[in-house]
Amino acid sequence: MSLLADAFTVLAVLAGLFFLAAGTLGLLRFPDTLSRLHALTKADGLGLGLIVLGLMPQAGSLLGALKLLLVWALAMLAGATVGQMIARIARRESQ
Amino acid sequence: MSATLLIDLALAFSVLAAALWTVAARRAFEAVVGFVAFGLVLSLAWVRLGTVDVALTEAAVGAGASGVLLLGATARLGAQTLAEVRDQPAMALRIATGFFCALLAVALGWTLLNLGDPAPSLAPLAAANLAATELGNPVSGVLLAWRALDTLLEAVVLVLAVIGVWSVAPDGAWGGIPGDIQPPRRDPALRLAAQIIPPIGVVIGVHLVWTGAEAPGGAFQGGTVLAAMWVLAWMAGLVRPPAVSSRRLRVWVILGPIVFIAIGLLGSFLADGFLAYPAAFTKPLILLVEAALTFSIAVALVLLLVGPPKAAP
Amino acid sequence: MLTVVAGLWRVLRGPTDADRMMAAQLLGTGGIAALLLLAAGMGNGAIVDAALSLSVLAAFASVAFALAVPGRRR
Repeated sequence: MSLLADAFTVLAVLAGLFFLAAGTLGLLRFPDTLSRLHALTKADGLGLGLIVLGLMPQAGSLLGALKLLLVWALAMLAGATVGQMIARIARRESQ
Repeated sequence: MSATLLIDLALAFSVLAAALWTVAARRAFEAVVGFVAFGLVLSLAWVRLGTVDVALTEAAVGAGASGVLLLGATARLGAQTLAEVRDQPAMALRIATGFFCALLAVALGWTLLNLGDPAPSLAPLAAANLAATELGNPVSGVLLAWRALDTLLEAVVLVLAVIGVWSVAPDGAWGGIPGDIQPPRRDPALRLAAQIIPPIGVVIGVHLVWTGAEAPGGAFQGGTVLAAMWVLAWMAGLVRPPAVSSRRLRVWVILGPIVFIAIGLLGSFLADGFLAYPAAFTKPLILLVEAALTFSIAVALVLLLVGPPKAAP
Repeated sequence: MLTVVAGLWRVLRGPTDADRMMAAQLLGTGGIAALLLLAAGMGNGAIVDAALSLSVLAAFASVAFALAVPGRRR
């Protein structure tokens, strides 16, 4: 059982890292601001989400797992808000 | 083993790179972004060194609060970008600055290389006496029991800083609402976030203060989180600060230091001296001081971040 | 864990490119992820508290940055 949980953790964390890395790559390589923002916000939330998902079985207690989930929820909320604001700035700059 | 070494090397390298980038940035705004990034990487490094307390403080106060304070300063300097280029200090001054900075760095490096082995430390003594304070976190024990004077003075410095910020207010604006008078921002995304995040953040801030007795956390970190939440709501145009002339506001700012000093004076009658706690009440008194300090720190930080009043009441 | 720091380093290079705000945002998320992984790796639950406060403050700081950008272009 714990072996299964460990395998799940490794798999999910690796997937999360992959998405974070992909987001970084997108930020560095995409041609214009809006598509860079697109790459960043998607990969960001998914990457952190997968890592949190992977670490939850390791948290040991329900409270610890909820804490991890809260971290992710806050990051998502902030990411969405700031994504909106950056997009607005980018549009104003291009006009 | 080699993997962790590699991580640590990468971290150390990142700290240096962020620091260099911050210093080398051409515009103030870039430098502030670099500074915040630097604080973030540095707090990761503190975690790797096993000092979660310092990491928390660095993340909250170093990267978060100072970063936004600097940002406010750049925004206020924004009109003077041209002057920035024109008013370069004289060559001699620049050389002297560079020379003394280098001298300081060399002296620090020399001291570090010549540290006694083992380094002189009071840590074992502090750990041995921790039980007397009934606290689980040695850092809180040191800060509030044995080095209480330092902590008290830090709290007083914040009050002085608020007075300093207020004293640059124009005469006509004295007594008014601090900060820019801003129209409510029409950004719906920001308004939504500023309605959802602060309640969660307040819980986290109080949690940080409360666990400070047993685990990493404490008044300064918790107070910073509380202040950040209020300023977030302010930036979204949801709340307005009370006027500077408000008596209640001023009482909040000085409450923490006053309670601290009062308990300290009490100590000089009931216990061994100023800032010493009577043995039976050590933990409740420390918690009381922490709670009062948290409120004052939060209010003082908000006032610092919001800035001096700009318009008449 | 190694990949996180490698990712972090690449993010750090990002700012020398163009969009600093996005880079800072990604750095924030990367930092939170690294903290969570460190908490699991070093078995120290208190680090999760640090990640928690970091996620709150990252939200606050990036909003402040986003508001400061138009202010600078007045």
